[in-house]
Amino acid sequence: MTAPLLELRDVCKSFGGIRVNDGVSFVVREGDRIALIGPNGAGKTTLVNVISGGLDVSQGSILLGGHDITDFSIPQRVDAGLIRTFQITRLFTNLTVAENVALAVMQKKGITRKFFSSWIDRPNIRDQWMQILGLLGIAHLAAARVSQLAYGQQRLLDLALGLALEPKVLILDEPAAGVPSDESGRIIEAIDRLPPKIAVMMIEHDMDLVFKFAKRVLVLANGRLIFEGDPSAVTHDSEVRRAYLGTYADGRHTS
Amino acid sequence: MAWTVLGVVLDAISYGMVLFIISIGLSIMMGLMRVVNLAHGAFAMIGGYLASYALKSLGVSYPLAIILAVIGAILISIPFEFLLYRRIYRKSDELTQILLTIGITFVIIGVANYALGPTSKSIPLPAALSGPFDLGFRMIPAHRLFVIACGLCTALLLWLLIDRTEFGVRMRAAVDNGDMAEALGIRTQLIFTAAFALAIGLAAFGGVVGAELLPIEPFYALRYMVTFLVVVSVGGAGSIAGALSASMLLGLADTTGKYLAPEYGEFFFYLAVILAVFLFPNGLLGRKH
Amino acid sequence: MSDRLAMEDRRSSRLPFPAELGALVAMALAGLLGYLVFPDDLAFLTRLIGIVFLVLSLDLVTGYCGIATLGQSAIFGVAAYAVGNACLAGLVDPVALLGVGMVAGAVMGLASGVLVAKFQGLPQLVLSIAVGQLVAAMANKLSSVTGGSDGLAGISPGPVLGIFNFDLYGRTGYVFSLVVLVIVFVILLRFVRSPFGLLCRAIKDDSLRARMIGARVYPRLILMYGISGAVAGIGGALTAINTGVVGLDSVSFERSAETLVMLVIGGAGTLWGALIGSVVFQIFEHYVSAANPFHWMTILGLMLIVVVLFAPRGLVPLAVSVVDRIAPRLGGKS
Repeated sequence: MTAPLLELRDVCKSFGGIRVNDGVSFVVREGDRIALIGPNGAGKTTLVNVISGGLDVSQGSILLGGHDITDFSIPQRVDAGLIRTFQITRLFTNLTVAENVALAVMQKKGITRKFFSSWIDRPNIRDQWMQILGLLGIAHLAAARVSQLAYGQQRLLDLALGLALEPKVLILDEPAAGVPSDESGRIIEAIDRLPPKIAVMMIEHDMDLVFKFAKRVLVLANGRLIFEGDPSAVTHDSEVRRAYLGTYADGRHTS
Repeated sequence: MAWTVLGVVLDAISYGMVLFIISIGLSIMMGLMRVVNLAHGAFAMIGGYLASYALKSLGVSYPLAIILAVIGAILISIPFEFLLYRRIYRKSDELTQILLTIGITFVIIGVANYALGPTSKSIPLPAALSGPFDLGFRMIPAHRLFVIACGLCTALLLWLLIDRTEFGVRMRAAVDNGDMAEALGIRTQLIFTAAFALAIGLAAFGGVVGAELLPIEPFYALRYMVTFLVVVSVGGAGSIAGALSASMLLGLADTTGKYLAPEYGEFFFYLAVILAVFLFPNGLLGRKH
Repeated sequence: MSDRLAMEDRRSSRLPFPAELGALVAMALAGLLGYLVFPDDLAFLTRLIGIVFLVLSLDLVTGYCGIATLGQSAIFGVAAYAVGNACLAGLVDPVALLGVGMVAGAVMGLASGVLVAKFQGLPQLVLSIAVGQLVAAMANKLSSVTGGSDGLAGISPGPVLGIFNFDLYGRTGYVFSLVVLVIVFVILLRFVRSPFGLLCRAIKDDSLRARMIGARVYPRLILMYGISGAVAGIGGALTAINTGVVGLDSVSFERSAETLVMLVIGGAGTLWGALIGSVVFQIFEHYVSAANPFHWMTILGLMLIVVVLFAPRGLVPLAVSVVDRIAPRLGGKS
């Protein structure tokens, strides 16, 4: 068997004296559909930031395709195929939808160093961003400015940016959170239709979505990974039950 | 030689103190309201003009002239605060702030020159401050000592105000978390207005007592615009100790630079600035926002 | 920045002949108009064109990358001094001198970029000012190279392309400058629409997100600074060539501040805004400030306040959107 796509080895992250991630280890393989869940304040978003390079690890290492990427900068990780989306969408609001996606396409192709004339409408570029927008059902919005989009459409565009970067591992940070229910169907559908080779890891609170999407579930509580396994087993696991119910019992909300 | 060094250091400290008195108001505004107010120097200049007028035309005493200048400058600044500054409090867009406050500066320069002429206006010192002061072993200009004393008093009183009073508590709460302070019933708009008046008052005070070192003329507002901003940036916005140490550092860099190599002008001053900002982008004693 | 202008950019790529040709014709006509309207003031128009380059260069870093800088004139001035010295040293060919200015500007731009693009917000602004002031202090000190406060005089370039001598009326200087401006502007129109230009606009929007799509933000900004520096350098070179003197005012803080003012009044983030803004501004300034320089300051200050409050995108995009709204009613094409 080849090396796993993404591997975390004993990853720790501390702020001051507080350990937010504590010895997290797991592997992600090609085509995986993983949900990362956990109570509020479990350290999920911190873990995503550590993986994507927004935060440095305090200890441990991160490997992508067998190569140590622990010291890689954010852009280097993106180049290597490790892509994330954002819980609160971050898009280029003064650009159009097409420009947002085309930019990501061109960045991936290494042609953002071209200084002369517009490339957006060149056939090979245009086909790619049109195809991605089509896949997500927002091709009709190509000429719209991001500031004119509904929230759900912005989440789809965030996903489109991720896809344009040809991810090997795609991390989705609560892709459907805050989206009105009539729009969230579109997002779930789009996630369903992601190319099967891409490994997708999703952080999610909505358990219906987790069960629908995930083939494997990771549970993070108090910074530690307390469960890894089949979605059907997660609700029966006593430690998971304690983690979820326990935080409510002590009222120890940390976020 | 030792006497010369003492003289240069004394000059540096008194120059630094003038920078401190004027810049600390700007620093408070930047820490609290996040406004890059390039017109801060213009209000210091207004203070200087008012004091000059009060002394020479009204014939009042020096202390009274200072008080009149501070109050007058605050009164003049009120419409600016009400109509313009309020719109840019805590707006993150620096460019807007820069342009609006440059605009205000230009208007003040234009009006000052039209009304008062291009020549510099003197602020005659009282006899006690204009002569030399006998340290026992050496004579030094009394005015220098006065400026240093003013600077130290300003720092001390501000520290007491911010650290020891109810107003200070509210102000610090508003700096740390404006929305939360608002939710706790602190009326941030009121705090901002009060801090603005305080900042302008300090600028005017500094403009008057520093007039011997920074002469009052219409281009004052433009000439020292950058200097005050630099002090705040090097010290770290909102920090009294930061502004004080930055003022001393830059006062020293400028005065010794001009003494040792006058032909280099402000070269050493800005070299110090580049090094300080590059190494401490949030200021010597500033916090990251 | 302006919807309409951005759309214009995109539409043009589908036209049978590029919109650059339109720009070329429009500018040539405007230049001809200037020649006919101000026949005795060609020296003024030529100086004006030099400053237009400076404003365009500032637009590249401020309008397209979002870097707030008050030190752009340092680049312009360094290039002007370099050209002046090259000319005094015997390199008199104007086109070669333009090259000298471009290179000097690009180098100075890269150096500024390394310092200024590293940070955002206040440290960025202060570093840009400090770099500018440092250059100004050095220009004052190194009088053997810059002529100090007297300025560097006696720059007399040879004929353009070996044919056209610089004449007393400034005709050659004007036409030469105008031609260079048209060429550079047309190139820039294409440049800002390039993938690199798009990336810069994205960085301006959200630099962290740009990193998250894999962009190396700091090196890209330094590169843009270098290109901007080359444009400013051409302006500095033209100014040195045409006026024959380079003074300390070319590197002054006031020059930088005025450049920023021109850009914002015209409309940062669009090349047309920078171009039209800087031309109209300077013509206006020429007459008002000749009448009374201090009234000019008051008017300028008021104008800035009004623009910031009511037309934050600048007057050119505002005019475009007004025309957009009125034109359909007049039966014009929309």
